[in-house]
Amino acid sequence: MTYIQTSTTPVPDERGYFGEFGGRFVPETLIPALDELTAAYHAAMADPAFRQDLAQLQATYTGRPTPISYAKRLSEHLGGAQIYLKREDLAHTGAHKINNALGQALLARRMGKQRVVAETGAGQHGVASATASALLGLECHVYMGSVDIARQQPNVFRMKLLGAEVIPVESGSKTLKDAINEAIRDWVTNVRDTFYLLGSALGPHPYPMMVRDFQSVIGLEARQQIVEMAGRLPDACVACVGGGSNAIGLFHAFRDDENVDLIGVEAGGRGIEGGEHAARFADPNLGRPGVLHGTRSFVMQDADGQIVNTHSVSAGLDYASVGPEHSYLRAQERAYYTYATDEEALAAFQTLCQLEGIIPALESSHAVAEVIKRAPGMPKDSIILVNLSGRGDKDLDTVMRELGLNG
Amino acid sequence: MAEMGQVFGIKALAAMFDRAKQQRRAAFLPYFPVGYPTYEASLDAIQAMAEAGADGFEIGVPFSDPLADGPTIQAATQVALENGITVGKCLDAVQALRRRGVIQPMLLMSYLNPLLAYGPERFAADARAAGADGVIVPDLPPEEAEAWSEICRGAGLATVFFLAPTSDSRRVELVNRHVTGFIYVVSLTGVTGARAELPPDLTGFITRVRALADKPLVLGFGISTPEQARTMNGLVDGFIVGSALVKAGKDGAGPVGALAARLREAVHV
Repeated sequence: MTYIQTSTTPVPDERGYFGEFGGRFVPETLIPALDELTAAYHAAMADPAFRQDLAQLQATYTGRPTPISYAKRLSEHLGGAQIYLKREDLAHTGAHKINNALGQALLARRMGKQRVVAETGAGQHGVASATASALLGLECHVYMGSVDIARQQPNVFRMKLLGAEVIPVESGSKTLKDAINEAIRDWVTNVRDTFYLLGSALGPHPYPMMVRDFQSVIGLEARQQIVEMAGRLPDACVACVGGGSNAIGLFHAFRDDENVDLIGVEAGGRGIEGGEHAARFADPNLGRPGVLHGTRSFVMQDADGQIVNTHSVSAGLDYASVGPEHSYLRAQERAYYTYATDEEALAAFQTLCQLEGIIPALESSHAVAEVIKRAPGMPKDSIILVNLSGRGDKDLDTVMRELGLNG
Repeated sequence: MAEMGQVFGIKALAAMFDRAKQQRRAAFLPYFPVGYPTYEASLDAIQAMAEAGADGFEIGVPFSDPLADGPTIQAATQVALENGITVGKCLDAVQALRRRGVIQPMLLMSYLNPLLAYGPERFAADARAAGADGVIVPDLPPEEAEAWSEICRGAGLATVFFLAPTSDSRRVELVNRHVTGFIYVVSLTGVTGARAELPPDLTGFITRVRALADKPLVLGFGISTPEQARTMNGLVDGFIVGSALVKAGKDGAGPVGALAARLREAVHV
């Protein structure tokens, strides 16, 4: 089995553009660092030893390949399409984030950068970065918004146990967006000896390409597994989209399979009308092409181009922009994007717990929510493959509070 | 100074550098954000600096996510946003400053997204009409700026691009080719903000840039005191002070004007 897929597609181009999206909009100080990173990434990918190191870690440390599970009771309950779950929740650290963190940490070591900075929203990427850094002997600093720290305490403690420094971010909305700002400021300051381990398929080139490639293992495995288990390709692949790394990791292997629908699910928060959401593609009043964090993509902004605060019950989807390749896939009409509200995600969370014995991350619950809407209207011999990007242990406090089970 | 008011854009900046050169000193270009601590107070501060002998201005447009800025400017521009400052309001500020008699070159400094939202062509035309001479966009490297440079050229606005200690020779040449105003030389790897000392290898860095670039060099990031300003003569063609003036601006235009006068005095020959 192939464990990584590099860019064989025409996107991005040499300047990091996926059509009109992507690019490199960062201060000059970082441009040489991005050039160095791009060259080091291509050299590493061309080096069989690097790929073998990564494959070895994926197999013996992460626990890849993760299985796909046939969700029999959920499928019967919905009465339509047959539903299969790609079990990234079973990867070491409990989410797909480890795929990218290990890849980039190996690259950091290869580049001789001992110090790693990362941002985190839900804490999953922070935990993955801290884990990869502990494994490879790197020094890890994680920026995390203080609002996210409050709602993701278990992950904060995990990062500290793993030897990382967690730096609270008090600026702006005190969530993922601001954590990325601070991580970039740290990188600008310490650029010569620091590697920025960016956690999603966003940011300046080469990050959207590199993160996609490191996450492409999800789709490569799943495509082979579904053919083995169900005898054919799925009719639809469904994944949640915050920055969009788990989704692009799943979609990438299916991009040329014209009969497979690719469906991304954004965070609908408290509904689109009130603007309290993170559905960049669903709200034309707020979501428009713009530039945030070094890349041109859809960005939630006011009429004056100021980035607006987003809301989602899941910290990992609570972000004002989206990876540029998603904007491209949407513009190409290759992928379709919809949203699930907080309420729908919480309901899906419970449904999956009760019918399949799996506690999903609140992020992944958004993808499950879309499946719950979509599957009943599909024929019984149709197949949906949904990426269960992470497990929900980290979200228990939030879910208890939201469901009023605390008192 | 009267003749400066008759030219604009690239020519106004060139005249500014010529004049400082004749006086064998570096030009002093303060940064100040519109709307801090209030809209009126920011105009008062800039006017006070003009009267204190500043050679030109960077007029800051606030942005929600200023990733090249340190804590001082982050906090000040956040206040400006809370005061309802928009791109349009910043253009009004330039026009108001011209009406108040500020004749020095003014460059608007804005992150890219507010300019995209306003519309680049519309922004360039309105900036020119308001009396601005150039634009500085810290998250727009020359590789991404082809269309932007063309728009600025059409409107007669000067463009500024950055060089950092990490920029290699190829990038020095690239940036030198693209700027029509000046090269903004970032003194250190980092974000804006006062530093106790300038980096020890600064002279070597400037010498390296000088060898490959013929456009005016303006140094920024970390310069805050008259002692530091004094070292700019003979080193660069101009220097920018931001965070120190913004800090002084908390207490009104008086302290800003006083610090600006000391900074300007420091480069007087």
